[in-house]
Amino acid sequence: MTATATPADQRGEPLLRVQGLKVHFPIKRGIFVDRTVGHVRAVDGVDLSIDRGTTYGLVGESGCGKSTLGRAILRLVEPTAGSVVFDGTDVAALRGEPLRKMRRRMQMVFQDPLGSLDPRQNVESLLSEPLRAHGLDGGNAGIAAHIRTLLDAVGLPVAALRRYPHEFSGGQRQRIGIARSIALEPDLLIADEPVSALDVSVQAQVVNLLEELQERLGLTYLVIAHDLAVVRHISDVVGVMYLGSLVEQAPADDLYEEPLHPYTRALMSAVPVPDPVVEGSRERILLAGDLPSPANPPNGCRFHTRCPWRQETRCDDEVPVLRELAPARFVSCHWAEEIRDGVLRPKAPEEVAAIQGVHVAATGVGPVETDALVQGIDQPIERT
Amino acid sequence: MSSGSSSISAPPVGLGNQPVLEVTDLAVRFTRRGEADTRAVDGVSFSVAPGETIGLVGESGCGKSVTSLAVMGLLPKRNVQVSGSVRLDGQELVGADAETLRGLRGADMAMVFQDPLSSLNPTVPIGTQVTEVLLEHRDMTRKEAVDEAARLLDRVGIPDPLRRLKEYPHQLSGGMRQRALIAMALSCSPRLLIADEPTTALDVTIQAQILELLRELVVDSGTALVMITHDLGVVAGLCDRVHVMYAGKIIETADRHELFARPRQPYTGGLLASVPRLDSPRGAPLTPIRGSARDTIAWADGCAFAPRCDSAQDDCLTEVAGSTVELVPDGPRRELRCRHPIEYPPAPAGATAPGAAR
Ligand SMILES: Nc1ncnc2c1ncn2[C@@H]1O[C@H](COP(=O)(O)OP(=O)(O)O)[C@@H](O)[C@H]1O
Ligand SMILES: Nc1ncnc2c1ncn2[C@@H]1O[C@H](COP(=O)(O)OP(=O)(O)O)[C@@H](O)[C@H]1O
Ligand code: SF4
Ligand code: SF4
Ligand SMILES: [Mg+2]
Ligand SMILES: [Mg+2]
Repeated sequence: MTATATPADQRGEPLLRVQGLKVHFPIKRGIFVDRTVGHVRAVDGVDLSIDRGTTYGLVGESGCGKSTLGRAILRLVEPTAGSVVFDGTDVAALRGEPLRKMRRRMQMVFQDPLGSLDPRQNVESLLSEPLRAHGLDGGNAGIAAHIRTLLDAVGLPVAALRRYPHEFSGGQRQRIGIARSIALEPDLLIADEPVSALDVSVQAQVVNLLEELQERLGLTYLVIAHDLAVVRHISDVVGVMYLGSLVEQAPADDLYEEPLHPYTRALMSAVPVPDPVVEGSRERILLAGDLPSPANPPNGCRFHTRCPWRQETRCDDEVPVLRELAPARFVSCHWAEEIRDGVLRPKAPEEVAAIQGVHVAATGVGPVETDALVQGIDQPIERT
Repeated sequence: MSSGSSSISAPPVGLGNQPVLEVTDLAVRFTRRGEADTRAVDGVSFSVAPGETIGLVGESGCGKSVTSLAVMGLLPKRNVQVSGSVRLDGQELVGADAETLRGLRGADMAMVFQDPLSSLNPTVPIGTQVTEVLLEHRDMTRKEAVDEAARLLDRVGIPDPLRRLKEYPHQLSGGMRQRALIAMALSCSPRLLIADEPTTALDVTIQAQILELLRELVVDSGTALVMITHDLGVVAGLCDRVHVMYAGKIIETADRHELFARPRQPYTGGLLASVPRLDSPRGAPLTPIRGSARDTIAWADGCAFAPRCDSAQDDCLTEVAGSTVELVPDGPRRELRCRHPIEYPPAPAGATAPGAAR
């Protein structure tokens, strides 16, 4: 499956190919001896690929596994299963020096760089550190010249060099974080909620900067965010995640024109648009209830407990696979064609809640998890 | 065409419809020895009628939360100076004693915060917390209060309310906690509800549920709602009248259709041009505002937005113009604080409004 955004890509192999990726975290209990009492299936079988020079946007509500997927690609967490092939090389097989070299080609941009920037280092030392660590040629003079180019690329004045992270505004700190991540001329940037912590007027500056750098340096991006409008703006291809799996993937324009998965439709209809005329006239698909726990995901289609289109057959007991419904349009829903063609109609959220209330009790899907740690759901503020 | 076009717009104030809340020239100054004073809120005036929703919108640090805390009488007494007037149903709250304010809070005015955990007691079950509000403010037996609490949880969309009443705040998801807080706020049918970024910490599908709940509440009970948010999308869907704040002052006020169709203050226009819209054609460039909210000058020296403003001219500074930039009437039901506002070609009668400056 290829996430080709433009047919123009003739260089063949995508830069990144992820197949069957799973990350399961054990849930430990016990005071003296840790017992594993279950698993949080943070990422549960994801396939995606990203072509060179394009941007893949990953959206979904907090807790659906976006950050874990990003971290697993960089092997900051060990995948439970699946493969990550970067530029033709299986990352999982790498150890030692080859792994270090590979990591240099894949860099991460975080939500708030203040958390990832050492407060005691000034900008000059923050930027020279990765250069020295990877033994960039040219000695001190070469490094100094390189740092100036970096500052220039991200739109910071040279005077910034002697200052410390806390002296900068959120937007400027994000520029420092970006400068650091491109210092070693990587091929792939994984940006995890790069603008979520910023004021709206400043968000646009950073979005524009990322787009400009992509063009100038030929970068490939995986942009992870909960804000669908930001993701749609910046991405060529968008993947929508729900409880550890991709439910839909499409070119950004198509996804907005005609979302195919019920979850995507609900998500899009819930994003407020800063225009009262649009807000007053658009159809809103309200969902019933909260995100189920990834430690105890529903059987069958994972979205069936909240899906306004859920059917009596298949939805509860058959896992839908991600299939190509139209060119470059992937969706995992048994009834996608019927929903697209308007043959099936959505139910009201109250009705869904009522049905699911009965249903859960009747088939005994399992005890309701009352531990919020295990539920671990929609608690963002700090999006992680 | 301005005020009547909104589907849930409230009857205009003045037709025998007294405002529930009237804030006049509110100012809050934080004083700390050895430090310069912070004028967090500086001459803010607005009012809200029954069944009306107003929005206070602006970026972080512009004074939205301090305004709401001042209205509720929740600011600390030490090192804080509050001046101006806050009238709830005609009763002056600035300078009122703590006892009076406590009686009004919960009963006549209530507040919902961004982080519900901080306003719920972690060691007390949700049910007890709701029933305590009821027992304090309403004449009820404990049994009646428990029944009423369950009814309230049900009303805000918490499934299985009787079981939930026994649970502790940490056992609920963020969305459920926010509902529980709204249930508490509603318990005495307050005349005024202030919601300070109530959905900022929630995911969009949950946000949609909460906003729907607030909409119903205003329509069903005629509560006056003050919605505080940085999200222009939320404002566009919910607020009848919008006040845009910058550096502690209101810089533009208009009915929502007017504001979004023809923002006049360069800051308002800049905000609208910098947010990506889900429905805008892809590739449409974003036009950011330069600098950050830190790049500001004191209002006494000129327009606080001048360092970031593309329309700024010399007379935006006090020393050039000889006066500070004031909030002045700007056509029907509009107010504006700007010397060089965004201009629009006169719209032919009946024509649809042009899109925002983008
Ligand atoms: N180190 C970890 N140990 C246990 N559970 C984790 C860990 N990291 C994340 N999780 C859980 O995995 C799920 C997905 O988390 P995350 O990838 O951070 O989601 P997102 O970035 O989409 O908000 C959540 O339920 C979270 O609580
Ligand atoms: N307790 C306090 N002491 C000193 N300054 C404060 C205090 N609380 C808020 N401020 C300042 O008041 C201004 C307005 O803050 P706030 O109302 O919280 O902004 P908003 O809610 O719009 O993000 C900010 O500059 C903030 O730093
Ligand atoms: S498979 Fe069924 S429950 Fe799942 S999204 Fe499709 S219609 Fe809804
Ligand atoms: S008063 Fe001057 S600086 Fe302020 S917003 Fe208007 S044009 Fe810009
Ligand atoms: Mg995350
Ligand atoms: Mg605030």
